[in-house]
Amino acid sequence: MGETVIKTDKLTKRFGDFIAADEITFEVEKGEIFGFLGANGAGKTTAMRMLCGLSIPSSGSATIAGFDVYKQTEQIKRNIGYMSQKFSLYEDLTVIENIKFFGGIYGLTDLQIKTKSDELLHNLGLKQEAKKLVASLPLGWKQKLSFSVAVLHEPKIVFLDEPTGGVDPVTRRQFWDLIYNAADRGVTIFVTTHYMDEAEYCNRISLMVDGKIKALDTPRNLKNTFGVETMDEVFYKLARGAKRGD
Amino acid sequence: MKKFLVFIKKEFAHVLRDRKTLLILFGMPVVQILIFGFALTNEVKNSRIVIMDQANDAASKEIITKIGASRYFDIVRTVMSHQQMEDAFKRGDIRMAVIFPAGFNNDLLHQNAAQIQVIADASDPNNATTLTSYVGSIIQDYQAQLSKTSKIPYRIQPEIRMLYNPQLKGAPNFVPGVMALVLMLVCVMMTAVSIVKEKETGTMEILLVSPFRPILVIISKAVPYLLLSLINVASILLLSVFVLDLPVNGNILLLFAESTLFIITCLTVGIFISVKTNSQQVAMLISLMGMLLPTILFSGFMFPIENMPVPLQWFSNIIPAKWYYIIVKDIMIKGLGFNAIWKETLILSGITVALLIISLKSFKIRLS
Repeated sequence: MGETVIKTDKLTKRFGDFIAADEITFEVEKGEIFGFLGANGAGKTTAMRMLCGLSIPSSGSATIAGFDVYKQTEQIKRNIGYMSQKFSLYEDLTVIENIKFFGGIYGLTDLQIKTKSDELLHNLGLKQEAKKLVASLPLGWKQKLSFSVAVLHEPKIVFLDEPTGGVDPVTRRQFWDLIYNAADRGVTIFVTTHYMDEAEYCNRISLMVDGKIKALDTPRNLKNTFGVETMDEVFYKLARGAKRGD
Repeated sequence: MKKFLVFIKKEFAHVLRDRKTLLILFGMPVVQILIFGFALTNEVKNSRIVIMDQANDAASKEIITKIGASRYFDIVRTVMSHQQMEDAFKRGDIRMAVIFPAGFNNDLLHQNAAQIQVIADASDPNNATTLTSYVGSIIQDYQAQLSKTSKIPYRIQPEIRMLYNPQLKGAPNFVPGVMALVLMLVCVMMTAVSIVKEKETGTMEILLVSPFRPILVIISKAVPYLLLSLINVASILLLSVFVLDLPVNGNILLLFAESTLFIITCLTVGIFISVKTNSQQVAMLISLMGMLLPTILFSGFMFPIENMPVPLQWFSNIIPAKWYYIIVKDIMIKGLGFNAIWKETLILSGITVALLIISLKSFKIRLS
């Protein structure tokens, strides 16, 4: 077993009477692809925001890359990458300008940015498009670029919040190739998703219902436990009891 | 520091790449300067005036009583030295002075003609002409009264002097107003919208997750607009000097320093709006309705504040543009120095600091 990079213990977030995340406890290891599933309103985003240092937990504890979520948010921020469900590059900047900007605010040197961006453009096959505005790229490419920018500063963990919304299955598959590549390099992937076929790609998945983690295992074990064929059915069985939702 | 520069470079790219924004930024001041060339006329009530009665005789006293009875005027003091009067004009305490020379009644009775000097602050030309014509009619009324009781046609000649703006050009009035208006628009709306836009597109989250400090995000958003606004101040001044023939009488550096202060005030307002709202439309609407309207109404630029009901006059004091308008008028048209405007500067700084504290507080609350 490798080292543990995410460790939470009874992590809780309350908004007044509403408990958005209720005593979440789990561990994620280095290089793991960890799927974070749940219906809308189950508390995924809240949990993720706490792990990214965007939101301070109400109680419980958690460490990210060995840093405490209460006291060491600055160190956490330096060691994680983030890609949100909304597409998150600047549309009115060119591809290369986006890379330079995000490299710059993470404190990479000009030389590092130069090497990294060459490598990135080469891998994505975007050399020709480097000076085009991001707005002119197809959505699939934007998302691949967005992921590559999120891991540009070589974070220990990258958080992906529903990264593949609205793209076709082929592009989604290509996107997952990028994720596997990153995981092979030792980057831990923490991903939320609605797509059950994507859940199958994860090493382990957790399923949140009404702010609590209801199941946590490999996709294969989960299917066996619930005696069903697909992740869809697992999800349906668990989420059916949910009181919250849209 | 390098991160900061990277960020500011990106902000400039946003602004310079967006043609519409650019057009608003640099086209608006030009258009407004030209549009506001049409001056507005308004009735003036309760203007503070001073009367120097060197004659102190029956005729002068009667005219003073008439002036005092008019709802247009508010007599401040009746005894004043020339120096005191000049100072009162500079401070903006009084709008007009009426001076009766010694032996006024004597001249009138024995030479059948007497003179009255009327001096008006014409940095607001509409006000000045209106006031002098009011005095003119009061004097005429007194003459008519005299002619009724006697056969001799007495003549009183008011000698009118327009201070600061002898040709009564309309420009002095609206150039400072347009400056306040344009800066308000550019700084408040543009900053608010540009920050809220990052929230809308989701890039704000990425920035908050990055090690780049949130407070620096806000500052680097504001810096480009500060620079662009200073360019706007320069372009308005150039237009006013070369197109409208209106020179800057006071210290131009002081004018720029005060403008920078006002720009910072506006940027703070913009930041405050952006913290409180989540969509560009709402941010724009609040900037327009919430800031622009009060600026036009309560800065004294279009509608004389003296005319308003007292509660509204009090309210006008919290409008930053009112103080900036006074400052620009004093420096640009009256050619006054810092000792004439330190009070306004202090008030403006106070408003800025208060706004800054409020917006930083609410920004922190949002983060937790």
